[in-house]
Amino acid sequence: MLKAKFYQSLTRYCAHLICLLPFVFLCAAAWNNQLGANPVEMLHTTLGEWALRFLCLTLTITPLRKFLKINGIHSYRRMLGLYAFFYASMHLLVFIALDVNFSWTFFLEEFKEGPFIIFGIVTYLILLPLTATSTLSMQRKMGRRWKALHKLIYLAAITAILHYFLLVKSDLLKPVIYAAYIILLFSFRLQMRIIKNRQPV
Amino acid sequence: MLIKNKTPISSNEVTDLQVFNNRRKIIKAAGSLPLLALYPYNSILADSNKYQNIPTGPYSQNLATTPAEAVKNYTNYYEFTTNKTDSTKLAQALKTSPWQVKIEGEAEKTGLYNLEDILQANPLEERIYRFRCVEAWSMVVPWIGFPLQKMLSKFKPNSRAKYVEFTTLYQPETMIGQRSSVLQWPYVEGLRIDEAMHPLAFMATGMYGEEMPKQNGAPLRLVIPWKYGFKSIKAIVKIRFSETMPQTSWNISAPNEYGFYANVNPNVSHPRWSQSRERVLGGGIFTPKRKTEIFNGYGEHVAHLYNNMNLKRYF
Repeated sequence: MLKAKFYQSLTRYCAHLICLLPFVFLCAAAWNNQLGANPVEMLHTTLGEWALRFLCLTLTITPLRKFLKINGIHSYRRMLGLYAFFYASMHLLVFIALDVNFSWTFFLEEFKEGPFIIFGIVTYLILLPLTATSTLSMQRKMGRRWKALHKLIYLAAITAILHYFLLVKSDLLKPVIYAAYIILLFSFRLQMRIIKNRQPV
Repeated sequence: MLIKNKTPISSNEVTDLQVFNNRRKIIKAAGSLPLLALYPYNSILADSNKYQNIPTGPYSQNLATTPAEAVKNYTNYYEFTTNKTDSTKLAQALKTSPWQVKIEGEAEKTGLYNLEDILQANPLEERIYRFRCVEAWSMVVPWIGFPLQKMLSKFKPNSRAKYVEFTTLYQPETMIGQRSSVLQWPYVEGLRIDEAMHPLAFMATGMYGEEMPKQNGAPLRLVIPWKYGFKSIKAIVKIRFSETMPQTSWNISAPNEYGFYANVNPNVSHPRWSQSRERVLGGGIFTPKRKTEIFNGYGEHVAHLYNNMNLKRYF
């Protein structure tokens, strides 16, 4: 019993370490001037892409559990979601601190140029309440409403991918891959719902 | 049979052992030009000799240049990849010699020209220019080449030549990016004839005191400092004088985003991002962006080309 608990917490620690690895590598590269000719852009885009990857991973947990019947991974959904928020926060911080240098004028200059920045900000604004209500106690307190609220993560994935689409000049390959993956997850959910409805009451 | 040896090295040519052992120290300590001049650069750089001691041309600016390493490892070369660092390696597959340039259209002396002959007819000069990409980053590069005007006028364009069209090599076997359809291949760019004949317009074959690296557009690339970087077409194989405005690659790809003129202008944003500031390459993480200047700072020389033109409409 105690041993099982020990292994459980050990794997959790390992999971944290793995989730933090990209961040650690980026910091080390920044420290050693290994981010290339445009270090701020490299930091900014890498952090953003990791935020999107963690968002996709978070959404993968439930289908994985239901379809492949892998149990015990459900507790990692929150962790992955929080790391998506962590990387999104770092991504935003780089933008505010290193790109617009904490200047409102510069920020508005970028912001008024249309949907590109707006989709990024909207994504972050969606992730905020999800993060704030991510604790177990909040989940219990909110009950049904919690589930409804946390469906917003799909919207966040969509706005994040639109944000990505608007960044690239003509090579749409990467955002298309992310979009395809999200559509795949959507169809899993849809299928699950259909199966559920078919079952006799 | 008598076998003659090569001239033996006479003892006074042999470097004293002590001097040899301290060679790095001596060079460092000396720091004076006369001694550095003795250092046998020529033997090491025999091939790129051509690009050493190039006279500075007119319009060259006295600006601190971007570290060469940054310029050589951050290029948009979609013929190879859309990744700006991978292009450095991938572009090495390109064979840049022998190279020919085809001259077509509204000119007297059309035909196929060897690059060597073009180079022989146009003495090299160095020009330090600002280079501003439409993606809002910039750099300062010491280009080596010759004024575009000098090269073009030798082909004697006629009065119907209103535009000049440039085409990049199409060779999907080596230019593997051309196998995907991110852009319409081959890459085409163009200028109005008065823009092409402006003394600022430059044809570059080298940079930073050496031959042009392949990823930077060897062996022959355009440099139009007052326009966004995508106008400065690389690896040119064809130049056509025409009466009508050329269909250019980025303009075909997204006409509402990339105009034919593509003059650097902080007041006309890209539809998706601001052009008011730029990230200067080679800076650190905490270096702030630089304010972008109209015509990339070359307004006093080129603004008159666009008199009475609505720059918001003709972007």
